Amino acid sequence: MPDLSLNGVRIDDTFAEAFDMAATGVIITAPTAKWAEIAAKTMTGFATSVIACGCEAGIDRVLSPEETPDGRPGVRCLIFGFDAAGLELQLRNRVGQCVLTSPGSACFSGIDGGKRLKLGATLRFFGDGHQISKKLGPKRYWRVPVMDGEFTVEHDTGLAESTIGGGNILILGKTFDQVLVAAEAAVEAASTVDGVILPFPGGIVRSGSKVGSKYPVLMASTNDAFSPVLRGNANSLLEPDTGAVLELVMDGLDFAGVKESMRRALHAACSLGPNSGIQRISAGNYGGNLGRHHFHLRDLL
Amino acid sequence: MAALTFTLKATPPERLDLSALVLERLTGLDADAIKALVVGTSRDGLTVGDLFDVSGDDPADIRLSGDERLDNIGRGLKGGRITVEGDAGIYLGRAMKAGLIAVSGSVRGPYAGTAMTGGTIRIAGDAADAVGGAVPGAMHGQAGGLITVAGHVGAYAGDRMRRGVLVVEGYVGDAAGARMVGGTILARTLGTRAGAGMKRGTLIAKTVADLEPTFVPTGTYAMPFLTILRKWVESEVPGAGALVPSNPMRYRGDMAALGKGEVIVG
Repeated sequence: MPDLSLNGVRIDDTFAEAFDMAATGVIITAPTAKWAEIAAKTMTGFATSVIACGCEAGIDRVLSPEETPDGRPGVRCLIFGFDAAGLELQLRNRVGQCVLTSPGSACFSGIDGGKRLKLGATLRFFGDGHQISKKLGPKRYWRVPVMDGEFTVEHDTGLAESTIGGGNILILGKTFDQVLVAAEAAVEAASTVDGVILPFPGGIVRSGSKVGSKYPVLMASTNDAFSPVLRGNANSLLEPDTGAVLELVMDGLDFAGVKESMRRALHAACSLGPNSGIQRISAGNYGGNLGRHHFHLRDLL
Repeated sequence: MAALTFTLKATPPERLDLSALVLERLTGLDADAIKALVVGTSRDGLTVGDLFDVSGDDPADIRLSGDERLDNIGRGLKGGRITVEGDAGIYLGRAMKAGLIAVSGSVRGPYAGTAMTGGTIRIAGDAADAVGGAVPGAMHGQAGGLITVAGHVGAYAGDRMRRGVLVVEGYVGDAAGARMVGGTILARTLGTRAGAGMKRGTLIAKTVADLEPTFVPTGTYAMPFLTILRKWVESEVPGAGALVPSNPMRYRGDMAALGKGEVIVG
């Protein structure tokens, strides 16, 4: 079989292994785009990995005033978790502590249809009896008095089942600086797909992990096969001149979205080419037995 | 299937009770059975066939020629559509749960939409007293759904209203939203004693005549709720979204009652 490559960058004939997740979404608005973004970034902070953060969250896209329910600038955030109960808890805590508290904010359902998860249904109690319910057609809104006026929040938001978490690509290159430039370009391209988020810092993971550890209490530990300082280990997968590896992780509402996001990331990274120090693209998997969804890199070329 | 159409042969000699002419009570009836339904309110026992020419066979799409003597149109309606060409009498859409009632004329009798919990009533002309209000002795008025009136309405609109929305593109008489416990009334102007005794709920108008002294100003109000309401009203009643002000004064009250209601003026 001929080796795969794109623009002179070698593509490993492997696949990213992704998992079934549940997801929900909210639209956060504010008087200005700046404050909508602050609220959204705060709410989706500390939400990189569902194992330790309880969910994986990020900004899906920025919304113009025409696209939001209240005609103000907004941001749509997606939140991925294991199940509806876990997501409901995350919504309560995150929207309650990060959006309710943010000046001028309002929060609305980001996913129509589906099973409904409580949003304003729990946050309304902050109003201590002064909260006002308004039901317009099928939607119920809560108006909660706060010190800058009112926090407007929709009663519930939708649950998207059979969503996918854990699409990924690994970018291998000569130096850290070169790989970071490529990874940033890949994140920018990958983020343009609606319904897909990259939950890690700036969309990038530098500490990719493998399942298990020599320490029995740890479920995951460093991905030694891709660590340049562990070259020489029998399981190392790096060439002698590979200096750094960075990973992108994508969570998406459907298979096609994750695949398209991975495709755009792969092409953006490869477009820089070997002259920019980009050597190889790989992907993370666990042998194919843990996750139901396999994204083969050869399908993305 | 063609619309089930009831055309009056002549002006009714007495008030008629049309509560039988709704989808759930006509389903499965053939033309003869429909014509045999008693709609008269005197001991003459007038039937549908005595008063109306009946054609069509789709009880989900009922068309009526209107008259101010036609009472209880769409009473307890649970689905389907009733179109009234002309005027209607009292208790239009009373206690309806779902569906649509559209009146091309005016509602000449009181208590339209009282105790309704869902569905939509659209009135192209005016409406009389207590639209979306409470009948005497009832604990609550309108408790859901949407009533829109393109013209003006009388007194006690939304009296004891509990939920739902009442949109009046013209003037509203006195004591609108009196004793209200929830819901929203949107109008061009409200008469005197608006919101008297209201516990909760929202009244919105360009002007209010002599707001009661038991309403307390809470400043100008420019919260997202108004935009949401404006968009929704515009989608339901094109043109009426402009009734929702953008930078109005807000008063809370009635402080002589619970004080959790509001009158928004601007």
